[in-house]
Amino acid sequence: MDNLEIQGQAETLTQCFHCGNDCLEDQFHYDDRNFCCIGCQSVYTILSENQLCNYYVYNTNPGKTQDVKSTHYDYLDEPKIASSLLDYADENVSIITLYIPAIHCSSCLWLLEHLYKINGSIVNSRIDFLKKQVVITFKHKEFSLRELISMLAAIGYEPIISLQDVVKEQNKVSDSDIIKKIAVAGFCFGNVMLLSFPEYFGMAAFEHQFKTFFGWLNLVFATPVVFYSGRDYFISAWKNLRNKILNLDFPLALGIAVMFIRSIYEIGSGTGAGFVDTLCGLVFFLLIGKWVQQRTYHHLSFERDYRSYFPVAVTLISEGIEKPIPIEELKVGNRILIRNNEIIPADTILMKGDALIDFSFVTGESAPVQKVLGEIVYAGGRQINEAIELEVIKPVSQSYLTSLWNNEAFEGKKRKIDTFSDAVSRYFSVALLIIAFGSAAFWMFDDRVKAWQSFTAVLIIACPCALALSSPFTLSAVLSIFDKNKFYLKNTAVVEQMAKINTLVFDKTGTITSPEGFRISFEGNLSHEEQCMISSLARNSGHPLSRELVKWMKINEYFTVSSYQEIPGKGIEGRVNNKMIRIGSASFINIKSEKKDSGTIYIQIGDHYVGYFSFRQCWRPGLKELFTTLGSQLNMHLLSGDQDSEREFLLPAFPWADQMHFNQSPQDKLNYIYALQQKNNKVMMLGDGLNDAGALKQSDLGIAVTDNINNFSPGCDAILDGTGFEKLPNFIQQAKDAMKVIHISFGISTIYNTVGLFFAIQGLLSPLYAAILMPLSTVTIISFTSTATHLFARKNKLT
Amino acid sequence: MNILYFLIGCSVFLALIFLFAFFWAMKNGQNDDTYTPAVRILFDDELPNENKK
Repeated sequence: MDNLEIQGQAETLTQCFHCGNDCLEDQFHYDDRNFCCIGCQSVYTILSENQLCNYYVYNTNPGKTQDVKSTHYDYLDEPKIASSLLDYADENVSIITLYIPAIHCSSCLWLLEHLYKINGSIVNSRIDFLKKQVVITFKHKEFSLRELISMLAAIGYEPIISLQDVVKEQNKVSDSDIIKKIAVAGFCFGNVMLLSFPEYFGMAAFEHQFKTFFGWLNLVFATPVVFYSGRDYFISAWKNLRNKILNLDFPLALGIAVMFIRSIYEIGSGTGAGFVDTLCGLVFFLLIGKWVQQRTYHHLSFERDYRSYFPVAVTLISEGIEKPIPIEELKVGNRILIRNNEIIPADTILMKGDALIDFSFVTGESAPVQKVLGEIVYAGGRQINEAIELEVIKPVSQSYLTSLWNNEAFEGKKRKIDTFSDAVSRYFSVALLIIAFGSAAFWMFDDRVKAWQSFTAVLIIACPCALALSSPFTLSAVLSIFDKNKFYLKNTAVVEQMAKINTLVFDKTGTITSPEGFRISFEGNLSHEEQCMISSLARNSGHPLSRELVKWMKINEYFTVSSYQEIPGKGIEGRVNNKMIRIGSASFINIKSEKKDSGTIYIQIGDHYVGYFSFRQCWRPGLKELFTTLGSQLNMHLLSGDQDSEREFLLPAFPWADQMHFNQSPQDKLNYIYALQQKNNKVMMLGDGLNDAGALKQSDLGIAVTDNINNFSPGCDAILDGTGFEKLPNFIQQAKDAMKVIHISFGISTIYNTVGLFFAIQGLLSPLYAAILMPLSTVTIISFTSTATHLFARKNKLT
Repeated sequence: MNILYFLIGCSVFLALIFLFAFFWAMKNGQNDDTYTPAVRILFDDELPNENKK
């Protein structure tokens, strides 16, 4: 047998006018334009009928490929379900906020804001582009919610409506509070600076009447800065003290309080100008650092769980009547109807129909599973055959799948990441107090005033402003560098966590395999005519392998197929050119199978067995180099839900054979990670589906790998776009370098503090020194951290 | 030089007006979406070639 490469037809393919994909089948035309599928064509038809073709003017091929979907929106007619989705409803109009992942270009924006042209009952629609949300106001009496959603789906913008309302949860998070505090602090800082200048430059004798006035005015400005903008530092320091933790907020709060009290004293007694400008500047810069650290991604959610994978409603069959009900109301014993492409929301027993269920999201096993009547079907599977009827045996919240989330192991184990600055600040605070009291004690017997001055001066000058800023600015710079490379972190603490990692665990399917599908090869000999016959037969089937085969063969000639038959789980057969062709598993063809795995399909033409196609998953590009680079630094493990048919293909790239495990259930994966952690390993887990959710949550750093960041990804610490996968070693190196930058900038700020302390201990600290030293150290730290981080990024090829 | 009291009062008053204008803008949601309006403004009301087709 020799390896035969089947060549695709050598002709230039036309591009789809709607989505820009190649038109593989030459049959969709409308208005002299070519389309790749009926979906794209129908979107164009709707738009052109409503004079909305400007959609195609702003961008070429703005659409997305339309998968053939048969989604039923009947449940939206149930008032109870509809009202839970609406933001607002009165007698005439309703307002709804929808999350539409397909929003990606200005054409989308234009089209969705001109929805009123398609249907006059839509009063208004407004997009928030970055959040991929649209707020639609419509007259619900003329145009129901179901009609609205169906219309959006028809033009290619299907909103995601799931049990966990990501849209509403994200809108809750708002940074307006901290921005208000920054505004107040900035406002006061500016005014106080202006009022402090005369004092620093010296005033003539006749101007001294203003000195007290400026001083009191400064105090007026300082009051909101301390009690409004700086409030959180006091609260946090107090809370931590009660829990017997010394964090950086303690010296900060102490510094703010001492500065304020000493300023009141000095101004009140007329002995000095106080430290009001240093105080306002300190709070202002600290808040900016805090704000930079809090940056969030509006379009991503790291907190998704099974609820955002499940639909909001399911079709209930009671006494022969189909009725949609919300999933929460599903009870044990209910009979439900699951149509093609719908998800099974609870553990059930199959009562009627041919169940061919895709569990890839739950188990990681890519081949669909055949179920027989009376068999238990676990929640989370997607039916890819005709409609089936099931009886619920466990409520949604107690299914096998959801139990992974509600695992007891996670309860009460809110991971507290111990950051570097937390560790340092413990020693810092203690050292600070010792120095302050020490210098106070030293002056106590000679000069009471000087003792008080040096004590307060130490607390003021050692206020770790630069220290508090070095982590946020470095880490947020890293975040934005990662962001450019399509690696999205949940928060800045994840960078520190990443630098500590020593063990890597990979999931197989979807994580290290490429989304491009399969690498297909054929063993045997086929004439061109035979190829056409096989392709003609296979394109009748909806089975994923048949579709892959048709796509791969790229044949544009078709024969008519008669007496076509599909036997689920076995194969397909049909009569082409008067020859019976059978494609399917070994038992279907009645031959002795040469291989056992599900990635092989055998071909029989007439009475002769002619060969088999084998489907191998493609690895992501650069996988071998990636494993080699990472393997030299870290312990590598691989867990897969699949059978071990791929083992021999993986071994050349992944030589750690005893750290490669197959047939792993989601619970096995979780336990494996736990076992690694028990051996004091810091584990980073890369996974993609629901089946990895438990492991991702258990690991020290869970990364969800996805090829479309808008798709479902389980709860995790970071989301990595598949195209950035090759850069994983660079990301890890960058995280380590970032820690170096933080360490160095801690050193720099310590030098500043020491210089300041030198004056402070002697009781010589004048407000002017403080006013210069504080902003100077801040500016040094901010510029050093961002420059150094970007230089490291260039070294790590991440720009 | 007593005019300084008045001038400083004026400047602080003016600055306060801007501060409250900023608060008002925040509350009104003017900073909620800083991207979409920039794209929206580039759309023509009706593109000329639309009706000819």
